[in-house]
Amino acid sequence: MSQVTLEIDGTKVQAEEGMTILEAARSVGISIPTLCHHDQLEPYGACRICTVEIEGRGRTNLVAACLYPVEQGLVVRTRSERVDKTRKVLLELMLAHAPDAPEMQELAREYGADKDRFDKESSFCILCGLCVRYCAEVKKNNAVGFVDRGTRREIVFIPEIASEVCWDCKECFPLCPTEALQASFLLTRALMSPSPSGKPESEK
Amino acid sequence: MPRINSATELEKLRKGILSGRDPDRPCITLCSGTACHASGSTEVAASIEEEIKKQGLSDKVDFRRTGCHGFCEKGPIIVIHPEKICYLQIEPKDVPEIVSQTIKEKKVVERLLYTDPATNEKIVHESEIPFYRNQERVVFGSNGEIDPANIEDYLALGGYSGLAKAVSQMTPEQVLEEVKKSNLRGRGGGGFPAGRKWEECRNASGDTKYVIVNADEGDPGAYMDRSLLEGNPHSVLEGLTIGAYAIGAHEGYIYVRQEYPLAVENVGIAIEQAEEYGFLGENILGSGFDFRIKVHRGAGAFVSGESSALMTAIEGKVGEPRPKYIHTAIKGVRDRPSCLNNVETWATVPLIINKGADWFAGLGTEGSKGTKIFSLVGKVNNTGLVEVPMGITLKDIIYGLGGGIPGGKKFKAVQTGGPSGGCIPEEQLDMQVDFDQLAKAGSMMGSGGMIVMDEDTCMVDVARYFLDFLSGESCGKCVPCREGIRQMLKILTNITRGEGREGDIERLEELSEVTRDASLCALGKTAANPVLSTIRYFRDEYEAHIKEKRCPAYVCKELISYYIDPEKCQGCMICFRQCPAEAIIGGKNQIHVIDQEKCTKCGTCFEVCPARFDAVRKLSGEPVPPPVAEEAREITRKSEAK
Repeated sequence: MSQVTLEIDGTKVQAEEGMTILEAARSVGISIPTLCHHDQLEPYGACRICTVEIEGRGRTNLVAACLYPVEQGLVVRTRSERVDKTRKVLLELMLAHAPDAPEMQELAREYGADKDRFDKESSFCILCGLCVRYCAEVKKNNAVGFVDRGTRREIVFIPEIASEVCWDCKECFPLCPTEALQASFLLTRALMSPSPSGKPESEK
Repeated sequence: MPRINSATELEKLRKGILSGRDPDRPCITLCSGTACHASGSTEVAASIEEEIKKQGLSDKVDFRRTGCHGFCEKGPIIVIHPEKICYLQIEPKDVPEIVSQTIKEKKVVERLLYTDPATNEKIVHESEIPFYRNQERVVFGSNGEIDPANIEDYLALGGYSGLAKAVSQMTPEQVLEEVKKSNLRGRGGGGFPAGRKWEECRNASGDTKYVIVNADEGDPGAYMDRSLLEGNPHSVLEGLTIGAYAIGAHEGYIYVRQEYPLAVENVGIAIEQAEEYGFLGENILGSGFDFRIKVHRGAGAFVSGESSALMTAIEGKVGEPRPKYIHTAIKGVRDRPSCLNNVETWATVPLIINKGADWFAGLGTEGSKGTKIFSLVGKVNNTGLVEVPMGITLKDIIYGLGGGIPGGKKFKAVQTGGPSGGCIPEEQLDMQVDFDQLAKAGSMMGSGGMIVMDEDTCMVDVARYFLDFLSGESCGKCVPCREGIRQMLKILTNITRGEGREGDIERLEELSEVTRDASLCALGKTAANPVLSTIRYFRDEYEAHIKEKRCPAYVCKELISYYIDPEKCQGCMICFRQCPAEAIIGGKNQIHVIDQEKCTKCGTCFEVCPARFDAVRKLSGEPVPPPVAEEAREITRKSEAK
């Protein structure tokens, strides 16, 4: 792998070709906020909170740092008026779903996002896909997936698989930035086994 | 049919086909595209076949079902060769007369001709009808001549000579140079230079490369790719094969919507025929070049028309877009170099190779060369598909070809580019239509949809409609697109319901900016265009809705009321009887009054009130006048009073 030099927030950074801006920044201790990123998973680019400003090929652009590959001579600004404003609105859009999630409250303070800017939505989930991707990529179980598209998109546990593998795993729980997963999972469990203990028939 | 192994053999075959065809022999061509099919061309076809037999003409006249002729408003269309007499809106009952008069007696049936509304003159030939007269139908023109299921029709018109020229006389580099020189820009949306994309794909490392036809046209009101693929599938196959030769690809995909059954069927037939003749498969035309095409049917997601989503779908996964920071020409289907263009772009390629880049670049404007097919729909007299040189003005399209606005209504806007496009107002009708001018006006070329809107269209409602469409068609993966659209749609819906708040326009602008800047794919990046362009040109309509709770176009139900003018009402009982909500109070010779509490604003009374009375009015932003006192509702007619 050949090395490239780029500039992040005024600092010259050496990076390996094929790295993303996010990886290059973190390698020198420059932090870029993320919600849907996880080191063990393929970059996804859904929450867009890692949006940064780049200058390259003669123009200024906003890109997702978790996906954008480093280039020789690339100039990156992880904070700018445009970046901060974008992150603020993105947070406000997500806070309409999960106003009480600690991780997002912290980011909201940083970027001056108003959690009451938009009316509350019924689902807590921000569809970061961490549970879905962790289950698919790391656990190779595919017990939870997305259904539908657009504004109707949601996550759903597939009962046949979930009843087999979820009881002893639950590794996706701590990944969830909004705690929606627990609610959803508990609901699924409740629906699947009407017994008060919440345990499936086989475990009783 | 034996395989064709060289350009010379192809020419020999063509001569053979032509010599077997008597140019003076009568031929009835019937448009059998989807629009004409919907207006009954299948029944017309059956009666043509029957009538030819009945009148004993089976061996004296040919009958050909062709692709879309474009003038869908007036379908089903018949053109009779060699005179090229054009009959419109044909029904089965017209057929016996056509056969006995025009075929047998060589007489024109006047009543079936087009009548020019301006001069009231009858027009005999298709090419003289104003709708066609100012078109430049270089790509789309053959549609009306060809039976898409018969490769000989395409060959008779010079089909596959572009491919023969490319593989026998040109190196792949020369083909690429020709396309680059022509300045052909992709006709599917963004207008990216096709030659540059081809070159990037050609230069990308990797042994396996793909060329792809995007036939996932999904914009509401747009159907030019559909008509091309249905009507002239070989032109698309030929273009794709030339592209594959230039790029060095041996595998191609046609990604076509399952909802286009005729296109799926015709392209399948065409591939089989082309393989049989040696225009596809191994050692094409004896050149040593191999190329195969697979048809991939789309499962009905609009977003799969986005190139990276389309490629993901080809891989068998859910059609979701992926980041294109590395172009798909380098890393596309299965991470291999993949060159995607839409149907119209590929269909243009054989013409460029045949007639040369200079010919192509001689058409159009500085930045946008060639012609473009638009689907002209909405509130315009002549709806249909038109092919015009780039640079023609909007006015020439809408008034010259389209024949203006029906019903004496006033033009308000034209929406171009589908859900990613914008609305262009009257002040800009003189704009020369090309990629750059449309973008400058806040809209885009898109795949070429043009929806004309008249004064009865509410622009806030139009923006709401497109955002509603996108809210269901976004893949929903990234936050700015999914949530941005969700919130914009909420605001727009509130405004149309009279629940708009001060600051809504600014909120829409801010959400638009973030959706554009931060979304993952082009669907999200352009999703706000319908909002931004209507705010830009019709801000007053937004303000009327928000501040005065008034819909200037009288469209938004929550903001309008129906009212019967007591001075005009003749107590005729027509609206009284037809009101489905039983909201009209009245009797014979009694002034009718609408019970506003019961009224569902369906508009029936407005529609049915006889024009000579014109008593029902729509009100918006003003209170409904109090009803006439019950004792004063008796109508005394002047004649009775005497």
